[in-house]
Amino acid sequence: MYDIEHLYEAKTVEEAVSLRLAYPDAVILAGGSDVLIKIRSGKLAGCDVISIYGIDALRGIHMEEDGTIVIGSLTSFSHITQDPIIEKNLRVLGEAVDKVGGPQIRAIGTIGGNTCNGVTSADSASTLLSYDAVVELTGPEGKRLLPLADFYLGPGKTDVREGEIQTSLRIPKESYEGHEGYYIKFGMRSAMEIATIGCSVNVALNDEKTALTDLRIAYGVAGPVPMRAKKTEEAFRTAELTCDTVKAIGESVLSDVHPRDSWRAPKNLREHLCRQMAEDALVMAVKRSGGVISGMPESDVPAKDFLDITMFPEAGLDPKEVAR
Amino acid sequence: MSVIGESVPRVDAYDKAAGRTKYVDDLCDPHALVAKVLHANVAHAYVKSIDTSKAKALPGVVGVYTCFDVPEQPFPTAGHPWSTEVEHQDVCDRHLLTRHVRYYGDDVAAVVAEDEVTAKRALKLIQVEYDVLPFVLDVQEAMKDGAPLLHKKYPHNILAHTTNYHGDVESAIKEPGLIRVEGWYDTPTVQHCHIENASCFAYMENGRITVCASTQIPHIVRRIVAQALGIDWGMVRIIKPYIGGGFGDKQDALYEPLCAWLSMQVGGRCVRLACTREETFENCRVRHAIRYHLISWVKPDGTLVARKAECFSNQGAYTSHGHGVNAKGMNSIPQLYPCPNVACDSYTVYTNRQPGGAMRGYGMPQVIFALESHTEDIARKLGLDSLAYRRKTLMPVGFVDGFSKNELYSDTFNEVLTVGEKAMDYENKHRLYENQTGRYRKGVGCAVFWYNTAVWPIALETSGCRMVLNQDGSPQVQVGETEIGQGADTAIAQMTADAVGVPLSKVHVISCQDTDVTPYGTGAYASRQTYVVGMAIRGCAEEFKRKILESAFEYTRMQPYLMDIRDGNIVRTTDNRVLMSLGEFALTRLYDREHNEHLTAEKSTQIKTNAYSFGCCFAQVEVDTKLCRVKVEKIVNVHDAGKIINPALARAQVQGGMSMGIGYALSECMLYDQKTGRLLNGNLLDYKLSTVMDHPHLEVHFVENPEPTSAFGTKSLGEPPVIPVAPAIRNAILNATGVALNALPMRPHQLYPAFKDAGLIEELPDENKEAQHV
Amino acid sequence: MSDRQYRLVTCTINGRERTAMVDVRASLADMLRGEYSLTSVKIGCEVGECGACAVMIDGECFNSCIYLAIWADGKHITTVEGLTKPDGSLSDLQQAFVDETAIQCGFCTPGFLIEAESILEKGRIYTDQELRKLLSGHLCRCTGYDNILRAVRKVMYTRNGLPVPEETKEQPVVIQPEDIQ
Repeated sequence: MYDIEHLYEAKTVEEAVSLRLAYPDAVILAGGSDVLIKIRSGKLAGCDVISIYGIDALRGIHMEEDGTIVIGSLTSFSHITQDPIIEKNLRVLGEAVDKVGGPQIRAIGTIGGNTCNGVTSADSASTLLSYDAVVELTGPEGKRLLPLADFYLGPGKTDVREGEIQTSLRIPKESYEGHEGYYIKFGMRSAMEIATIGCSVNVALNDEKTALTDLRIAYGVAGPVPMRAKKTEEAFRTAELTCDTVKAIGESVLSDVHPRDSWRAPKNLREHLCRQMAEDALVMAVKRSGGVISGMPESDVPAKDFLDITMFPEAGLDPKEVAR
Repeated sequence: MSVIGESVPRVDAYDKAAGRTKYVDDLCDPHALVAKVLHANVAHAYVKSIDTSKAKALPGVVGVYTCFDVPEQPFPTAGHPWSTEVEHQDVCDRHLLTRHVRYYGDDVAAVVAEDEVTAKRALKLIQVEYDVLPFVLDVQEAMKDGAPLLHKKYPHNILAHTTNYHGDVESAIKEPGLIRVEGWYDTPTVQHCHIENASCFAYMENGRITVCASTQIPHIVRRIVAQALGIDWGMVRIIKPYIGGGFGDKQDALYEPLCAWLSMQVGGRCVRLACTREETFENCRVRHAIRYHLISWVKPDGTLVARKAECFSNQGAYTSHGHGVNAKGMNSIPQLYPCPNVACDSYTVYTNRQPGGAMRGYGMPQVIFALESHTEDIARKLGLDSLAYRRKTLMPVGFVDGFSKNELYSDTFNEVLTVGEKAMDYENKHRLYENQTGRYRKGVGCAVFWYNTAVWPIALETSGCRMVLNQDGSPQVQVGETEIGQGADTAIAQMTADAVGVPLSKVHVISCQDTDVTPYGTGAYASRQTYVVGMAIRGCAEEFKRKILESAFEYTRMQPYLMDIRDGNIVRTTDNRVLMSLGEFALTRLYDREHNEHLTAEKSTQIKTNAYSFGCCFAQVEVDTKLCRVKVEKIVNVHDAGKIINPALARAQVQGGMSMGIGYALSECMLYDQKTGRLLNGNLLDYKLSTVMDHPHLEVHFVENPEPTSAFGTKSLGEPPVIPVAPAIRNAILNATGVALNALPMRPHQLYPAFKDAGLIEELPDENKEAQHV
Repeated sequence: MSDRQYRLVTCTINGRERTAMVDVRASLADMLRGEYSLTSVKIGCEVGECGACAVMIDGECFNSCIYLAIWADGKHITTVEGLTKPDGSLSDLQQAFVDETAIQCGFCTPGFLIEAESILEKGRIYTDQELRKLLSGHLCRCTGYDNILRAVRKVMYTRNGLPVPEETKEQPVVIQPEDIQ
């Protein structure tokens, strides 16, 4: 039994907005895998709650005419990975959210909750950030759009204003078209884990596949909120694909990131991980784009391990194929 | 044909698969009162005062009780058999609620309320005033002059210091040409993580107090509840239903005494006290963190000349199982690798951390990590093949331990090593993996162990068994030894079927222990159960059969010594003729109007032997030297646990132990805030026990050398599988990278600086280091 | 606490439509255990980290401890009690758990069974690594997961009319000393 003082339930966005206006101090409850835990632990015990879990209109993924991918804020992680639009156009997001916790957490956890709680370790956040995702909020005045990067105000703080709820995340076509990405989650075990560092890199290559034409590097846990390695991106956006480039990018991200010492991991380990994971994710993203990094020995190419298994719609085999 | 050695399904498998099995929380009245404990938020303090007025005023609160309300007499909690000799009794240092807070989370007050939310709200309203004291978390710091003292009776916080000396180390090491190998080895505090939390409920009936508890040791808990409450032992009844794992945590009285007392404070109404997962982590027991300092002097050919060991065990705030855990480990050192000159010292020391209790392996996973890491280091230093070195220096066949009288009867060590070596292809791989370069490196490692069976002669060993013949000829068997998930009931059924001479399907094991009706037995611990209960069953079955055959004379006219019970029938042994079925006999006898008899037998069996159990682990890892990650690619445990009663169940149990060992090696540790003493990661997300994605296939082999002292040839298996895993993985990482890691768990936090020192990882640039200080 | 809120929750539980007046503060686990005595739903952590309380909701597996009971309104819920056939016989999956020694203390078993059932209902053949990933939301301290994996794999093949790969079957483990070279 949760220590909830009063619970209000919204079935539509309009109901949610009016409840938000009527009860501005009430906590928004999406999937609950974060909020319910805080209620139980005492941090939010005795709070009022607005449950928006029942707003089915906020579930699902579609593509707008201009190619923008729109993900309803209540879409669960498992449904994102299972969605053919994501699989086809934004594979790395499907992979990233398939690394959240375990299957049951991915069934309840929502992408809206994962961004609205402002947590730096959110597995969806670094990839969304690396694709310049735009947040859509709906409030009494209608819809408001802002870049995800601006949505984060500080640890645990996001720009959800009075009367608003987050209604979708939008990824513009120019962000994903021609780009391939890779997400690495580093944790102490292979499942049921929060990231020690999460790193999402995506690239676009020239026609010859010998140089970058675009580079985006985003991190979780490298700072108080999910962040981009802007200096490095600027410096290496069109670099040649060589071993030296990879190494230089690894060194360069250290000037972008500022992870903390915590009991979960010391700062220097996190910094090292930022460096190494940028290199690894870059190499893998290049590989996915069909590029080759000249001079890189095979033994240095990051090994694909089974952390990389993703339960896309086509995962597993049709029994009929197996029978043959 | 005997059912011993057959992989029959568990007797409780159907109900568990159907989701019907009832555990403590499933049996509790849903309207029972809810008890919640207020835990101190300081690591060391005296409670000055507690204001409960606001909590008491909250509607729905039935009572609020503090450390000033509870009985004065202290009590012990360890799940040891009691001793009537005062000097052998467990240390009494607990109160139901304490005025002297000795660790962050210690129990200072309790609320009883009508529902959980109210109880939790009431806890927040209790105001405690503390006289805060300095605290100490590290074992060696706690031994220093001037360290905060936890228990007045124990200067320098030393609960016990015992030694194991023989020969003369100081003279022996003067021999010229000896090579000295020294190492410090550190093991972490870890938790059992049984998936069912510790839980109990209590109520009064006919003036007596009943506690239904998730415990491994119902008869012992009965004694402890009575001691804690200061009431006659017979006034307490403990009921133990199915439980969701124990691993030693529940070999202790946890909250049963407090729950019983709270029920008595509210007029005997049913009170439920269920630990949350966080409380299971913070307020139950843990595996002792033990630090070892080993020094060995060896000849160039490896001959062990002298050895010194210092073992520092972090006991935490209260004695619980205390020094027994550390002493057991220390005493194993000269047994595993006999040495003519030995000087071992073990210290068990109080600190302001939660108490260490029993946990699977009872000190052995700790010492074997130290000793098998050290052994590998010696072989490496001498340039010897580490497997051959072990074969040469391990306990030899015929070795007898002077204290326990345990004997190595067969060439077990060589046998298990041969099986493991072959399964792993260890020798070839070990050579192949030396001197690798590149980012990803493979390695193989091995470690051996021995383990006791049961607790004799340290403590009393006894097991009671009752058999009742039902009208259909089925024996009903009841023992004090407990099913805690390991499969005891199934082994008991198999042994009973064999000993009585009935088909397995006819045996009914009464799983639940109820101290009002269950014969006295001390419970599940020390990997004792198939060994001791086997003797109890064999003894009781002899008595049971004798009574049956003597009574059967009346209907068969055959002398008892000419008859036997086989496959559920009374047979004439001279010509194997079936005279009558056991069912026919039982029915006839029970309703015999002339000589009616309800046939039962009950026997209490004392055991005065112990048995060595042996085994080894071989592990293969792949190390990502850049990301500081270790992946276990292959792992093989080989055990000699004597006769295997049920190979499928035995294997399953070994796999569980290997899993626990992988966690101990690579990821599990409890982290304490150095500033406050608070446990930082007491939940299943931040405490990293292995998931199904963290293991390879767990390969298991048994070498069967039946134990001569055992009624069914069995010896310990429950705990041993966890013991050799961590050092095998450590030695595999050493093979892969040349880096010797001497502390557990070997997680990235430790690998990163070690790999940096070894030149496997580049330093972070200097300018970045400076930036850290900005 | 006097003005407690309740909601009428109607859902299909193990094939039967059920209605109850439920405290809005209740988790689905609270409701299933308290209102319907479905005690296969086990409480191990209350925060979605152990998987012991998992139930199937509209074909997908959720931790019922962090799912509000009121959200279950209109949903189809399956617990392990619903896997068992009306005559008390076990499903192929439950039977495989028995036969492959996948059960020890039994506390994590219902969660694994429900998860496995939701995996198998997809009708696909997965690799071991995929199966491990699909089962990774459940903690078990007794088994080391090996036999659980084998039981699920076995049913995955048999339900699809495929032979169980020979190498994945249980191998003999007991060796006599005289057979060791």
